Amino acid sequence: MTKKCIPGLITIMLTAFLLVGSSAPAATNPGGDEAPGRKMAKQAVKREKRWITTDHTKHEILQKPFMSGEEVTQACLSCHSEASAQFHKTIHWTWLASGDKKDMKYGKAGYSVNNFCISANAMEDKSCLKCHAGWNGVDEGVNCLKCHGTEKFNYKEAFTDIQAFAQDDDPESKEIMEEIQAEVTNAVGKIALPGRNNCGECHFKGGGGDGVKHGDLDTSLMKPNKILDVHMGTDGEDFSCTRCHTTTNHNIAGRVYTNPAVESSKSLLEDDLAPKITCISCHSDAPHKNDSKMNDHTDKVSCQACHIPEYARVNPTKMSWDWAKAGDLKDGKPYHTKGELGKDIYKSIKGQMTWEKNVVPEYFWSNGTQTSTTAEDIIDPSTVVKVSHPVGDAKDPDSRIFPFKIHRGNQPYDKINKTLLAPLLSGEKGYWTTFNWEEALTLGNDTLGLPFSGEFDFVKTTYAFPITHMVAPKDKALDCTQCHRRDNGRLATLSGFYMPGRDKSTAVDSLGWIIILGSLGGVGLHGLGRFFTRKNGRRKNHG
Amino acid sequence: MDDKKIIKIYLYTRFERFWHWLQAFMIVALIITGLEIHGTFSLLGFQRAVNVHNFIGLSWLVLFAFFVFWLFTTGEWKQYIPTTKKLFSVVIYYGFGIFQGKPHPVEKSPGAKHNPLQRLTYLGLSALLLPVQMFSGLLYYTWNLWAGFMIPLAPVAWIHTLMAFMLISFLLVHVYMTTTGHSLFSHISGMITGWEEIYETTTVEEWELPAKRK
Ligand code: HEM
Repeated sequence: MTKKCIPGLITIMLTAFLLVGSSAPAATNPGGDEAPGRKMAKQAVKREKRWITTDHTKHEILQKPFMSGEEVTQACLSCHSEASAQFHKTIHWTWLASGDKKDMKYGKAGYSVNNFCISANAMEDKSCLKCHAGWNGVDEGVNCLKCHGTEKFNYKEAFTDIQAFAQDDDPESKEIMEEIQAEVTNAVGKIALPGRNNCGECHFKGGGGDGVKHGDLDTSLMKPNKILDVHMGTDGEDFSCTRCHTTTNHNIAGRVYTNPAVESSKSLLEDDLAPKITCISCHSDAPHKNDSKMNDHTDKVSCQACHIPEYARVNPTKMSWDWAKAGDLKDGKPYHTKGELGKDIYKSIKGQMTWEKNVVPEYFWSNGTQTSTTAEDIIDPSTVVKVSHPVGDAKDPDSRIFPFKIHRGNQPYDKINKTLLAPLLSGEKGYWTTFNWEEALTLGNDTLGLPFSGEFDFVKTTYAFPITHMVAPKDKALDCTQCHRRDNGRLATLSGFYMPGRDKSTAVDSLGWIIILGSLGGVGLHGLGRFFTRKNGRRKNHG
Repeated sequence: MDDKKIIKIYLYTRFERFWHWLQAFMIVALIITGLEIHGTFSLLGFQRAVNVHNFIGLSWLVLFAFFVFWLFTTGEWKQYIPTTKKLFSVVIYYGFGIFQGKPHPVEKSPGAKHNPLQRLTYLGLSALLLPVQMFSGLLYYTWNLWAGFMIPLAPVAWIHTLMAFMLISFLLVHVYMTTTGHSLFSHISGMITGWEEIYETTTVEEWELPAKRK
């Protein structure tokens, strides 16, 4: 090799080095370029508010004096002729996963139970019906205003009063009646697409109170800031629920007991009419900047796992509920005790519970479906019964690591039949009035047509809620080492796959360190030998 | 032998020295960041360690391809042809002779930069250890592309980790061996300036010379 070509070679090598550098992931992102997933999502929701071509207050049929809820519904249906038929087929009406009255297996109106108030007792438990979108359970028509009324108005009370005053011949009563009717008409006119108040009235208060059930859904989402929820923040994107929970034929996209929210995650580019229910719909499955390593995670890790560092960040959520402690009375009367977070930690009618805020989720592999243990299923009372649990596996290409809230319960089961029991709680014969478990359990299981042996005890249970709301701003997303660490990482309990930083082979590491220590020892001894023999031979001249 | 005169010869071209130190830097950086990813300690922070590791790792792959190209076009690869001739005398020298002040049985010369033991070591390094490390690193890096074939990551990571340990061990011995020259730093300065010290009288044996070296 002549000396001339050396500079040339060096130049080539340096160029190569720089070339690789600029395309390699480590080349930190130039300037404040927006991540592609963010850009895409902004594009997808760029349009201003949805526009409509009608003003409901101008429709004559909505201005008449209504006598009953049913009449309001008829007025709606006079234009929206198919709305009721559509709605009757949805889970919002049937409360059954199958949508078929004969298939009672899964659903609030069926054999499904949880570890909160346990069962809706085939809709016999009237207090559950507060959230049903009908005027009176499934016996009367659809109450369209439950989802489409913008005014919070107690129609039930108003119509009871109206009907009472109508019986009366007194002109004064008639006047009052007309006044109430005017209020009703005023409220009925204020019709819109469902807003947060509509959905939130039930879904923020699942389990019978604010934030009881989900942990990522509570009244703090009525008017959240961006820090609580980047999508719903009123100082940011200000999404309504239906921005993502898109709807066809009154069927609202979302997860149902047995079905994932979507069969497969596709971006709007791949399928523009797909529900916008997944993150991927708008953000794509390679949302991060510059081929960042993060994009390599999206086939195994859900977006939610890193972008919802904690849930219940404003309002507390219920974490456990021990029914076995219920029934303690003070001077023969039920009582309740408040805890640090301002929530009841003991209630005679319900037992003992714990509440938490800023909760770190638990993580499981999930393909979007959940197993349900219903009131029919045989349980093993010597274990913790998973009433609801995600289905998934590290080896399943449709599964991702997903965050969950686990609600831990202790609830009644049948010692002979080995099934979970469905006590009747509200009403005159319910446990909350009688404090009599045996009666409440007998009546409750009767409503479902399921047997009860008469012998019961309590069993520990878990119920898993996927955490998917309350997405935090990007700078609050988890740091790598929350999971990629040797000990106490967030994914410490998940096995069946190798994760750099967390996992190692003890054999390889031991062998490695033995080799290294061996080499060190070898050169150390050799060096010492040379040091002590340095006077020998030629080294005396050059040592 | 005391009267032997030491002279300096130009042994390592500028390109060879540049490549040597660049590769040394990259390997040390890869070891440090690699061990951090492995969870042995934290220094740069996991994320930065990963980015630096992947960046240097990929760069090294590309540069190594250039190196191999150079090796074959220049014929320098012949310096790595293993030989058992005098191999044992070299081993015996490092095992005994060195303590007795005996001369090295195979002095360096322009035609033969490496003694038989070095040849074997560097061949093992360049032909086995480094390629295995590069290949496992590349598999590790591209794991998402073939994870769909259900190939587990663990064995890849284990091989990659084991090779890293062997490289560390090589480095330790290698650095120590540099101190066995005429003076403690003469080999190191040889690799910096290009000029190695050898005895004037050293004759290069025919078998040490590559047949058609240009
Ligand atoms: C001297 C060469 C190298 C050494 C000493 C080295 C060392 C290591 C070590 C110790 C680990 C941690 C392994 C574990 O705990 O699972 C690691 C991870 C890794 N190495 Fe290397 N490595 C080298 C070269 C390379 C090369 C050439 C590539 C190819 C681009 C590469 C890619 C990776 C990748 C992808 C990881 C996993 C973490 C990450 O994504 O950065 N390495 N390396």
